[in-house]
Amino acid sequence: MIPPMSGIEEIWSPIRLTLALASITTIVLLVVGTPIGWWLARSKAPWKEAVAAVIALPLVLPPTVLGFYLLLALGPHGPGGLIGGLFGLRTLAFTFQALVIGSVLYSMPFVVQPVRNAFEAIGNRPLEVASTLRATPWDAFWTVAVPLARPGFMTGAVLGFAHTVGEFGVVLMIGGNIPGKTKVLSVAIYDYVESLQWTQAHILAGGMLVFSFVVILSMMLLEKRITRPGT
Amino acid sequence: MTSAGATISVRYTGMLGRFKLDVAFDVPMRGITALFGPSGCGKTTVLRCMAGLNRVPGRLVIGGEVWQDDAAGKFLAPNERSIGYVFQEASLFAHLSVRGNLLYGYRRALRKGARANTTFDEVVELLGIGPLIDRATGELSGGERQRIALGRALLAQPQLFLMDEPLSALDRMTKEEILPYLEKLRTASSIPVFYVSHDMSEVERLADQMVLLNSGRVAAVGPLNALMTDPRLPIARSPQASTILEARVGPYSAEDGLTVLDIGGEKLLVPRRITKESGTDRVRIDASDVSLAADRPSLTTILNIVPVRVKDIHPLDDAQVNVLCGIGHRDGGPVLLVRITRRALRVLDFAQGQDIYAQVKAVSLIGSSTAPLWGSPVEMI
Repeated sequence: MIPPMSGIEEIWSPIRLTLALASITTIVLLVVGTPIGWWLARSKAPWKEAVAAVIALPLVLPPTVLGFYLLLALGPHGPGGLIGGLFGLRTLAFTFQALVIGSVLYSMPFVVQPVRNAFEAIGNRPLEVASTLRATPWDAFWTVAVPLARPGFMTGAVLGFAHTVGEFGVVLMIGGNIPGKTKVLSVAIYDYVESLQWTQAHILAGGMLVFSFVVILSMMLLEKRITRPGT
Repeated sequence: MTSAGATISVRYTGMLGRFKLDVAFDVPMRGITALFGPSGCGKTTVLRCMAGLNRVPGRLVIGGEVWQDDAAGKFLAPNERSIGYVFQEASLFAHLSVRGNLLYGYRRALRKGARANTTFDEVVELLGIGPLIDRATGELSGGERQRIALGRALLAQPQLFLMDEPLSALDRMTKEEILPYLEKLRTASSIPVFYVSHDMSEVERLADQMVLLNSGRVAAVGPLNALMTDPRLPIARSPQASTILEARVGPYSAEDGLTVLDIGGEKLLVPRRITKESGTDRVRIDASDVSLAADRPSLTTILNIVPVRVKDIHPLDDAQVNVLCGIGHRDGGPVLLVRITRRALRVLDFAQGQDIYAQVKAVSLIGSSTAPLWGSPVEMI
């Protein structure tokens, strides 16, 4: 049974929103996660593991707990509300921006960890070699460290993207369920099931199933390429 | 830039982790200087400090150019020193092709205003790496990788070459494959080389001068043969004690199959045809392969009987002594180390300054050009 036109738009809207959210989040995470991963890999500071633990918190924290604190932070009485006030907003909560902020924090460990591992796996030697070949540290970072850590970046990007697509609890807490603004895929499926619209729920859930399979498969193939001998 | 009188002056005093380094030496800014000593003596640390990869307080002056002077608060980062560093493992960049690896330092050195004294084509020719240029680094053998690493360092237009046991990770066959290239490098370029090694045979073949290190301190500095034959140093007291001499290749006699080598004006015959463009070669004479006679022996199968003058006699153990001789019945000849028994010394009663004869039983040629490029040095009796 094919849903009517408005129904198709109803299904496409959360898909588009989800893809936009996941893409923006992944880009932000790569930009923010790279220096963090680099620092965690190379710093000798004794407290760096504490920082790593804070970044890894979303792995064990119930998403609703993260969402709850984010709601407070983004609300009218939190720093988010103050920043929003500059742009004439009462609050940052229940906006697309809020979803981006929440997703970045929530998916952070999935990007930082592989990037850190990749930088650690490179070791000191290639950078020493680069420095003896007249490369400044900045030059060596871009021409040696980043290209050698490429598998880590790819793993991190795939995981960060997929994890953002699948998030539910945080979105519900800070985004609400505003169609076209904060109603992402996972929330939409929940909605359809609540209102007994099984066909729509099937389309989205089935799509997610295929998507997740493709992600996991490409991850595994990627891993295989990383461990391929003689690279 | 490299004038004959230029020196490399190295001073380091301080801690690196728990290791105490306290070295001070000057060596001429030419040829190959071996940093030699047992493992853990600090030779790699000295090399890394010279590269700026580690920092121990001190002063480093390369031919008048100050690279580090902690008294003046000066320390150049590795990328600001014009060095070529070869690590124990080739450490090629896995994400670049062979060409990309070779050009990495070359491009940056030229961008910083270095003159292209060594061109890409010259290096490819010198190291014989033409067929490898467009390969991925993962497809290379260990020896090929190390040759690329050498070329990469050479193309960075270094003023000083630093090599940290570049052969120790390779098997014997591969070592023999690389050594000729290092020898070619020595003759083809005027760049001074610091060469870290714990393998005496490499040092014998390559080094012009040597810095002996022990527990973070300098035990001795000087020309290779002077240190090898110095009876106060452990090398001359070891069972492998030997003399390294530069020889000029003379005529070959087809009738006997012998080639004449000229060593400090005296002739040595070796049973092999040797031709060499540059006309010099290196020979090793083991201290225990030489015997001494008060008069010139007449009826003997030993071909090489060399007049020598006794310079010094050093007791070695209960049974043996080291006799240091100068080649030729004159002063100032090249030094030859001879090991004889105490009993023989007592009977013949050699004294300092006495003119006697050395019978040389075996001469090893240790220059590569005497052997085919892929062969090993040939032992001759």
